[in-house]
Amino acid sequence: MTREFPADSVGLVTPRTHHFEEPLPLDCGKTLAPYDLVYETYGELNAARDNAILLCHALSSDHHAAGYHSEADRKPGWWEVCVGPGKPIDTNRFFVVCSNNLGGCKGSTGPMSINPATGRPYGPDFPIVTVRDWVRAQARLADALGIEQWAAVVGGSLGGMQALQWSIDFPDRLRHAVVIAAAPRLTAQNIAFNEVARQAIMADPDFHAGRYYEHDTIPRRGLAIARMLGHITYLSDDAMRAKFGRELREGKLSFGFDVEFQVESYLRYQGQSFVERFDANTYLLMTKALDYFDPAKDYGDDLSRALAHVQAKFMVISFTSDWRFSPARSREIVRALLDGDKEVSYAEIKATQGHDAFLMPIPHYLDVFSAYTGRIAAECSHE
Amino acid sequence: MSELRPDLRIIAGWITPGSRVLDLGCGDGTLLAHLREHHKVSGYGLEIDPDNITTCVKKGLNVIQSDLDQGLSDFDEDSFDYVVMTETLQAVHYPDRMLKEMLRVGREGIITFPNFGHWRCRWQLLRGRMPVTPALPQQWYNTENIHLCTLKDFEDLCDTLGIHVLECTVVDRTHETDLLMRLLPNLMGEIALYRFRRG
Repeated sequence: MTREFPADSVGLVTPRTHHFEEPLPLDCGKTLAPYDLVYETYGELNAARDNAILLCHALSSDHHAAGYHSEADRKPGWWEVCVGPGKPIDTNRFFVVCSNNLGGCKGSTGPMSINPATGRPYGPDFPIVTVRDWVRAQARLADALGIEQWAAVVGGSLGGMQALQWSIDFPDRLRHAVVIAAAPRLTAQNIAFNEVARQAIMADPDFHAGRYYEHDTIPRRGLAIARMLGHITYLSDDAMRAKFGRELREGKLSFGFDVEFQVESYLRYQGQSFVERFDANTYLLMTKALDYFDPAKDYGDDLSRALAHVQAKFMVISFTSDWRFSPARSREIVRALLDGDKEVSYAEIKATQGHDAFLMPIPHYLDVFSAYTGRIAAECSHE
Repeated sequence: MSELRPDLRIIAGWITPGSRVLDLGCGDGTLLAHLREHHKVSGYGLEIDPDNITTCVKKGLNVIQSDLDQGLSDFDEDSFDYVVMTETLQAVHYPDRMLKEMLRVGREGIITFPNFGHWRCRWQLLRGRMPVTPALPQQWYNTENIHLCTLKDFEDLCDTLGIHVLECTVVDRTHETDLLMRLLPNLMGEIALYRFRRG
């Protein structure tokens, strides 16, 4: 029996891999070669090749943004809410590309890949990659796909940072940037959270200085704690209160250290299930990329100057209860764009879900997002 | 495109084609869209209502979701030729600061507000009640209009702030004007329109 996927889903999708032989120069001074990028595409590229949208993924997601990998697949891609026929990223109108970033653990070259120099997995030897490196790699993928200019580069959180970086590094290769729940750089508090997550991983005895693959183990406890910590910061105080309150699992206190409160149970589950699907070395790399992101740094810490040559039009979106990347941080981006008289619109969505709101079907969010992408679609060629 | 509301038509007539405009409380973007299409004007709208933001985005306007009571600190001095605010001055917390802010970021300001000196308002006050008129339809306890003024009050404030009024006109609630209104603006005008600059 074939499964019926929802009509507004892209349905069954198959990831593809592009192999690159030409060395990729990295910000850290090293080069990476050869390397693979795994990616998915949805929708059709038009004859003028001007309806392509690049989706950039956040910390722990990947190239699987929408649809299902098999008939038995329970969960769709991470941005199913926004990507599909009739959705904000309308696959009836756009050709959508989403690749797994370098350093990832879902098919693109990363710490789990074999290092050609040693014949063993890279592990801790995988070079530190930056948002700029990712953008450079994505630009090569665009070349390989014959996409000279994106109709838009779109992303939330760390993905929004990539969209911003695209507009700076390749000003003439995108017409629009949609930057959602992002920030122009991390605050000390944000870096601090990332550092605690990294310490949790590295302090796990099973970490083996990052060579845990060779010991046939994974730093399960450390990675789970890192994820638990991250998860707390992605939700708002209100969202947690509404979801769990102080509810007890057994209905009464047991005066011990086992799981008692529902929120503890939830966090442990989140941590444990994350361990099954994510690599600890990749987590370390992704948090570093977040920490290092600071496009204004090369311009005397002046974001307006960093964005002076931007040609893309911008839609910036933030969420009221997001304290990890608060609306004030999005406004910094808006302000810098205004300083340069750039085309920009900004919406602050009322939401209780915290940072995770960018993945949620919030009506005003989807409305304003669709309104903007509708504009982008109207500018594309129609055969 | 449908006919532009007469008050907005007056404002559009005041704005030099090709200039840069900031529209404070731009609503659904009617004025900005008109200025862009017919006067080659560029600029931004500030708006607080989510549905209006979506409508503006749909129209291809640059709209920034903002609370005007937070000021205009996102904008540098002299970034605009005109800063426009239609029927919003009476609803902000500090109209005096707002006027100063408008002339900080813009060369000229354009304001419209409901005239509290209109004869209907005066008549109702004479009868001992807060005015409820077609131009000011809400009750005193649930109105957003917290800083009502007459034409004379507004001009006094401009004097105090060193603001130079360039043009003034009044219209009725259907935004039309007539001879009587022109002769007795503070008594007969329901909505006042002002263009001003730093003195």
